[in-house]
Parts: sequence; C-alpha cells; structure tokens
Amino acid sequence: MKLNERSVAHYATCDSPADHAGFLRKRVERHHHHAHHHATSYQRRWFVLKGNLLFYFEERESREPLGLVVLEGCTVELCEAAEEFAFAIRFDDAGARAYVLVADGQAAMEAWVKALSRASFDYMRLVVRELEKQLEEACKSLAACRKSPRRSSSSSRKRHLSNPALLPVPEKPAVLENGYSTWGSGGGVPGGAACPDRDGGHAKPPPLPPRWRSAAGSTTGSPVPSLSPTMLESPVTPEMACFSKLHSWYGQEIAALRREWQERQKRGHP
Amino acid sequence: AVLKKRLVKLVVNFLFYFRTDEAEPIGALLLEHCRITKEEENVFSISFVEEPERKYCFECDSEEQCQEWIEALKRASYEFMRRSLIFYRNEIQKMTGKDPLEQYGISEEARFQLGTYKQ
Repeated sequence: MKLNERSVAHYATCDSPADHAGFLRKRVERHHHHAHHHATSYQRRWFVLKGNLLFYFEERESREPLGLVVLEGCTVELCEAAEEFAFAIRFDDAGARAYVLVADGQAAMEAWVKALSRASFDYMRLVVRELEKQLEEACKSLAACRKSPRRSSSSSRKRHLSNPALLPVPEKPAVLENGYSTWGSGGGVPGGAACPDRDGGHAKPPPLPPRWRSAAGSTTGSPVPSLSPTMLESPVTPEMACFSKLHSWYGQEIAALRREWQERQKRGHP
Repeated sequence: AVLKKRLVKLVVNFLFYFRTDEAEPIGALLLEHCRITKEEENVFSISFVEEPERKYCFECDSEEQCQEWIEALKRASYEFMRRSLIFYRNEIQKMTGKDPLEQYGISEEARFQLGTYKQ
C-alpha cells in the first residue's frame, strides 16, 4: 500500500513537539514457519510518539523512520514476557501483529504505557466532544444568569440613587455568593439591613457590583445603563455559531467579575 | 494528468483510496501538516508543507460535495483536534475557574498543555 512517505517522514522528524520519545527494545517478530527455535531477540530503537503515530528509528539522529505504528483500535498492556518492563501494543484486529516493547525501567515503562494508551485519535475526539458540550453548557448558564441583572437593575439603581448609604456591597456573605452566581435566586437577605425593601418585603436580588453601578450613576434617567456598555453593544448572542467571538466576550466579563469578587473578599468581608 | 475514479475514505487522520471494486486500499495519505485548497470547480487539492507544489487533486461530483470534503479534511488532523481541545479547555477554565480535564485525570499530560502547541 502506498503512503505519502516523504510527508510522513517529514512529520516524524520535524521539530513539532513529540508527545513522548525514548529508547525501547522492540521484539523481533518471526513468521511461524521461520521459528525453528524459540529464542526471541530484541532490537534497540529510538521511538517517537506524535499524536496517534508511533515512529521508530534506527538511531536517535536518523533522518527517516524505519517504521510506524498507527495507534487506533489497539490496547496497550503489560506483558508477561520473560523480559522485565515489557509491554505490548495489541490490535482488535486479531490478524494484525502485536508489538512487544521493553523499557529501561519501571518509570519509563509506566510513562510509555500511559502515553500510548491515550494516543488514539478516537480518544482525542471523545474528549474534544465532551469539552464542546461543557463549553456550550457554561455559555448557556452564563446567558441565563445575565437575564436577571437587566430586570433588577432599574430598581436597584433607583434604590441606591435615592439612598447613597446602600452603595457599598452588603456585608452578608450569602449575598456575595448569590450576587455572582445566581442572580435570579438572590432573595432572602438575612436581616435585610443593607437593602431596605421598598417593594413590600418579597425576595430581592442583591445589588449590582460597583463596576456596573458606576455606569448607572452617571446617567440618571436612561433605561439600563448599569450594564457595562460592552454587554449592551455586543454583537454576539449565545445563538451565534461563531464560538471564538463568544468565548472571548464572555471570558472577559467573567474574568473581571471574578477579580472584583476576589478583591472584595480580601478587603475583609466575612 | 489523468483522473482516475477512486473510492476515497477518511479514517481518523488518514485518507485511504481504493479502486472501486477492491477491498484493500491502494494507498493512503497521512493528513498532518497539510493544506487543503479549493481549486477549480468541483476540485480540491491536498498538499504538504515540505513539498507545497506537489498537489494531490480530487474532483468531486458537485460543488457541494467538494465543500463537504474540504471542511472534513481541514478538521481531520490530530494536530487540529489537539488545538481545539486546548482551546476549549482554556475557555472553560476561564469561564468556570475549573480545569475540565481534571475529572479525566489527564490535566498533566504533555499533549494537552497550553503554550506547547502554538501554530
């Protein structure tokens, strides 16, 4: 079977970082009809793992690999060979030959087995899909969190504009926690000291963080000024497929919020 | 150049090609460090970084099929997937403060580290 060997050799030897590399002894496989005797022999080779490809070279400085093992549909297991520190790469396809490799020591063997077990394209693809889902979920829950501040902002704004004493963030840790993670459920401030309830005592979301409030302070009459200008003007919505923009946009907002929260924690709020 | 009809199969980061009536592939192209280019109508090519002028050309039955193949092949390399993984990992970490790879026990793996694979 033909292969674009020149390109493969280039990939094997170029300076893109290898996932693992080192000397291993490779068992020489003999065809059944040649195995008159049972002596097994091993050849020392320089192995380089890049992605799902395990290359082996005659020498570390060789410019071309001797061979290549594609690590798909295989298992890597410790080997009960006569040799110590031996492990084998075996394929689901029973007809395919196995590779028995011997490392220099326990640590080297463990490192190789670990690196090779996670080398397949399929494994990488699985992890990528899982992370894609997680990111989507994180974006969605973030989008859900953002809806409440808009609704509560005008009432909070009115409250603190008419009562400047409310401007500092209340000292109840419960409110601080709720304020940044679950806007919608921020109700029931214990003691209620910091936020006198003008709307008849039902649960109120906590006040907006200072960064947003300062924007509000400057524009008394306008509708939702307490939100940072970036949020209002953002062309990006969760529905957009353009993930890269979405990522950097959300990322900045979250990073800023977290910094502020952490600073407040340091300033001695219980 | 003569165009020959082939059955072409993308499996992980390899593009196999077969004579239409045979079970064993004639050959394969490893799709790492390669560039996929739209050529003329219905045609795309694959070339490799160390030999950019050598193009493997493929003619499709339709423009739509051509675009599908181009999209699929661009995403077919292990290196592309690795970059995507690192990107998602970083984004999730920024948003949630947690490293999503910890649950798999692979957060220390060299292959998943940020900064190692800038391309």
